[in-house]
Amino acid sequence: MPTWTPDPTFYPSPRMAMKAPAERLAYVASFDPTRQLPDAIAVVDVAPDSATYAHVVGTVAMPNTGDELHHFGWNACSSCLCPNAPHPHAERRYLVVPGLRSSRIHILDTKANPREPSIVRVLEPGEVAERSGYTRPHTIHCGPEGIYVAALANTRGEAPGGVFLMDHETFDIRGRWEIDRGPQQLAYDVWWHLGHDTLVTSEWGLPATFENGLVPEVLLGGQYGHRLHFWDLHARKHTQEIDLGAENQLVFELRPAHDPTRAYGFVNSVVSLKDLSASIWTWYRENGAWAARKVIEIPAEPADPALLPPILKGFKAVPPFVTDIDLSMDDRFLYVACWGTGDLRQYDVSDPFAPKLAGTVRIGGVVSRATHPKAAGAPLNGGPQMVEISRDGRRVYFTNSLYGAIDAQLYPDGLDGWMVKLDAGRNGGIAFDPDFFVQWPKTHRPHQVRLEGGDCSSDSYCYP
Amino acid sequence: MAIGGAWPWLALAGLGMFHGLNPAMGWLFAVALGLHRGSRKAVLLALPPMALGHAVSIWLVATSVMALGAVIDAKPLHAATGAILVLWAAYHWLYGHRHRVRVGLTTGLAGLVLWSFLMATAHGAGLMLVPALMPLCAGSPVIGAGSLPVALAAVGVHTLATLAVTGLIAFVVYDWLGLAVLKRGWVNFDLLWTGALAATGLALTLTA
Repeated sequence: MPTWTPDPTFYPSPRMAMKAPAERLAYVASFDPTRQLPDAIAVVDVAPDSATYAHVVGTVAMPNTGDELHHFGWNACSSCLCPNAPHPHAERRYLVVPGLRSSRIHILDTKANPREPSIVRVLEPGEVAERSGYTRPHTIHCGPEGIYVAALANTRGEAPGGVFLMDHETFDIRGRWEIDRGPQQLAYDVWWHLGHDTLVTSEWGLPATFENGLVPEVLLGGQYGHRLHFWDLHARKHTQEIDLGAENQLVFELRPAHDPTRAYGFVNSVVSLKDLSASIWTWYRENGAWAARKVIEIPAEPADPALLPPILKGFKAVPPFVTDIDLSMDDRFLYVACWGTGDLRQYDVSDPFAPKLAGTVRIGGVVSRATHPKAAGAPLNGGPQMVEISRDGRRVYFTNSLYGAIDAQLYPDGLDGWMVKLDAGRNGGIAFDPDFFVQWPKTHRPHQVRLEGGDCSSDSYCYP
Repeated sequence: MAIGGAWPWLALAGLGMFHGLNPAMGWLFAVALGLHRGSRKAVLLALPPMALGHAVSIWLVATSVMALGAVIDAKPLHAATGAILVLWAAYHWLYGHRHRVRVGLTTGLAGLVLWSFLMATAHGAGLMLVPALMPLCAGSPVIGAGSLPVALAAVGVHTLATLAVTGLIAFVVYDWLGLAVLKRGWVNFDLLWTGALAATGLALTLTA
């Protein structure tokens, strides 16, 4: 049924979105690394006044096994209020949930019962490949022309990966997004600057180089992605490539400033071949073109080889392995997940070229195995991975699994899933919520978190 | 040149005001450009190109209908344009959400003309004016020199009304109401618009 006024979860500007009511539910991708049981979307109660706070209160099992649920997103969000292509009476109602391994896409309706969404459509891998020309769907973003999906490979599982569009009401696949891809071959994340008519993509690698784990020869050869690509959002044409240098491997999460008038954003390179450090780069507009500069470098920590997994023994160090970053709605704090060392860092990026470390917690980690206030002193494995921030910036949630086959390379003795929450101060500083430690069901591992009503990596805005 | 009374002109002006009210016809884009560029002048500068794009779209429909009116009898013309309007309403209802977006927030003035032209055309803004145009073309019996001033006047009256309302709302929102009005006051114009297209189409068909 059409609605008369805009979806109340759509906000014209990030400033207004910060005043949104606190989320009461979190949706979390949950997968079985052994591919025996169906993956699921888990629903976690995040309302502090609830009797089931910090518990999984709903589970939506997928119809197949082996999908490897990973990232997912909403069918519609605040970009529906954009003036050049308004669809304000669409509803933020459906979760678009791809299987990264299976290339199957599930549509979940959260409206009737937000705690127990129902699967209303499944796009089978053959249909996805035939209509989009792509496989391995990864990032989902609601945007000006519908749902944008970044996919890592073509129908043969090879290069190029790219972006395709889905209809945000029918969920039919409309086809490949790019008209001219220029030199772009590898894909990973996609996002944009709506105020600057620019789309940005990043690079991971092809399925053969990650579906059985990272390949050391490919990594040491600098063959994983190390570039950023800039596109004309409306002409759908590649406009510029920025090479961060082959030593900066795995260029992952794109976090453009939420304020649409600001022409800068942050991206992480997971590992440097120079010294196993990880880095954060700021891309920015200068003299009519895009540029990028390294603004944070997090060093590897020396470690006893006896405590390291086989892939790291020779290096005698544990890399920070920064696999996710997330930017608060006011563009002030950047959260950096160091999956290797176990740090979750908060940087004040008020000056995007001079970040200042504002807070750190440590949990899990390849060597440190740091515990949580509610874990009764037990050592924890895995490390801070997918991070999500509440719209008001006061709560930060994260989980500890990266990708089944890669989990086994850094945490070969197994990875027990957990999800935790931090409380963030108004002016910085982070601390664990001592009551929020969700031990994940042993059969599954948690990945991306999406918050009810939107979060800091779901929506984009057209008004400052 | 007999022009069948005042009501077609009032209808053209009234529909112009209706079009101007629709956020998808321009006032919202003007506000956004003002906010982006931090300039009230940007709001003002956005208005003329938007009016021009709207006028061109309306002009194409108005002259087409007048030309057809010169060679086709009124009855079948009514029925045919009525049917087109109903179909357009159905199309707008089913597929109105999936248009290519070609113009963004960095656009220049030419981009705004194009955007406004595409928006008005895709929304069937000109088609909605057909019932008001019919009596005018009935009043100018021969296509050619006689009908051109009528078409110009019709498009002019409509576009000025659209421009006036677009500008008024843009400045009221930019100067006083602010963005909060988008959350509270943005009623479902797609619904109203589809209804207006369908009602116009049905009226034309029934009076054929």
